[in-house]
Amino acid sequence: MRRNVLPGLRLSLGVTLLYVSLIVVLPLAALVFKAASLGPQDYWQIVTSSRALASYRVTVLAALGATLFNLFFGLALAWVLVRYRFPGRRIVDAMVDLPFALPTAVAGISLTALFTTNGVFGSILDSYGIKVAYTPLGIMIAMCFTSLPFIVRTVQPVLEDLDPALEEAAQSLGGSDFAIFRKVILPLLTPALLAGVSLSFARSLGEFGAIIFIAGNQPMSTEITALLIFIRLEEYDYQAAAAIASVLLLTAFLMLAVTNWLQARALRYTRRS
Amino acid sequence: MSFKKTARTLPRVGDGPFFRRALIGIVLTLGALLILAPLLIIGVEAFSKGWQVYRDTILHPDTRHAIMLTVLAALIAVPVNTAFGVAAAWAITKFDFRGKGFLLVVIEIPFSVSPIVAGVAYLFVYGLQGLFGPTLDAYGIKILFAIPGIILASMFVTAPFVARELIPLMQAQGRDLEEAATSLGASGWRTFFSVTLPNIKWALLYGVVLCNARVMGEFGAVSVVSGNIRGQTNTLPLHIELLYHDYQAAGAFASASILALIAVFTIIAKVALERQGAGRVRPAANPAENAS
Repeated sequence: MRRNVLPGLRLSLGVTLLYVSLIVVLPLAALVFKAASLGPQDYWQIVTSSRALASYRVTVLAALGATLFNLFFGLALAWVLVRYRFPGRRIVDAMVDLPFALPTAVAGISLTALFTTNGVFGSILDSYGIKVAYTPLGIMIAMCFTSLPFIVRTVQPVLEDLDPALEEAAQSLGGSDFAIFRKVILPLLTPALLAGVSLSFARSLGEFGAIIFIAGNQPMSTEITALLIFIRLEEYDYQAAAAIASVLLLTAFLMLAVTNWLQARALRYTRRS
Repeated sequence: MSFKKTARTLPRVGDGPFFRRALIGIVLTLGALLILAPLLIIGVEAFSKGWQVYRDTILHPDTRHAIMLTVLAALIAVPVNTAFGVAAAWAITKFDFRGKGFLLVVIEIPFSVSPIVAGVAYLFVYGLQGLFGPTLDAYGIKILFAIPGIILASMFVTAPFVARELIPLMQAQGRDLEEAATSLGASGWRTFFSVTLPNIKWALLYGVVLCNARVMGEFGAVSVVSGNIRGQTNTLPLHIELLYHDYQAAGAFASASILALIAVFTIIAKVALERQGAGRVRPAANPAENAS
């Protein structure tokens, strides 16, 4: 190995490690420490209480629904942006980032305004008997909004780099468009889609600001896990807050591991092709 | 335009005129309903009680204080995270050391953690029931339910923004230029400012813009650590929540319109910077692979 002549290792690595330790690791360690101080029995009782379980259920189900919707809509959006040319395409492309740029609290109150029974969309849906605001459906829609860009932005570059020769070969063999999409294009997109799905799902599990305005926040039915943590804090039940927060943290680490693995796989896949 | 590719004889998959139009139609309709409508409704609701109410809300001392606090948080958190991002990118891309892959993962952690969890975690460091809380309290230092807590929580949430833009780019650019500059006698700082910085300036700015948008809009983490004291520790997003729950919807939307405007400017800046090539180099495949 050749000797590295560049200066600044000590300073840059020192600053990095200090900052990461103080800003990222220390607080998370303090949280884990607090949760661990409960003892296994109390801990288990808190994290499996019926109200906590109900909150996991509504959070996970809404996140699954939102991710599934975004899987189809995100793929269609990426496809339209990459494969077709139409007036306003660049504006649509830029607007895809709005959910990332718009503060979640702002998204929360605007979605609520749209979907309450006297809102623009809510009143129409209400006449068909569909209630969105203050129901699990509202939670799902807020999650759809905040996590939409993930799938579009992971699939888009792969779709752009897709070699037209592959499609041509399949076409010359007489494949129908649908068959080529399913058997040639989709397998090439799958790693990127999965990476986008895991990012989108992880974001939905932790989302707070966009949801609490539209959710109704009724214990056992429309109370997400992040809100339950917040409520425990307001009740000064810090141990319960720590325990439930540690469950979300653990899920986040799990999703981070899955995402890293999927992204590594996706990139290896695109490199090979 | 499709007719540019004259060599092609077959239309590409999905280019049938009916399918194409139908798909564009569906996607644009859904996009308008899900993305555009929430943006437009902010303007509609903000002015629903007229220009006067809008003006009064924006000029109200509490709103002005919330704006000031939001700007203050950004003025501190963004430069600190920028310095951190540059240092992290320099260490990770210009040197080889053990545990680099692990460090990369740790830097990315704040992206995966729920903002509420982040807020709670800070409570257990600086709160009265936390690690340092009692000691700090004894010295009369207030971090939680005060401005320092808000800034710290914002720093946590946005820690990866600049680093994440710089690392893949600097990885791709390699070390040759910096090594040449150093071997010709340039100091480390000189090498950075005259060789590295010109090559990364757009990506750096890109990271800064995204970091700023997130700091100004952060809600969950800040709402845990701020204590929501009106006119004291309310940032703009918290102020919106307060007005909204106070049945002052028009006021909430008026305040929200400021943040929406910032979001729109962020997107415009993002597009402009992408034209300069920022945001193109995507994260390196497997962190461990690059640890060489």
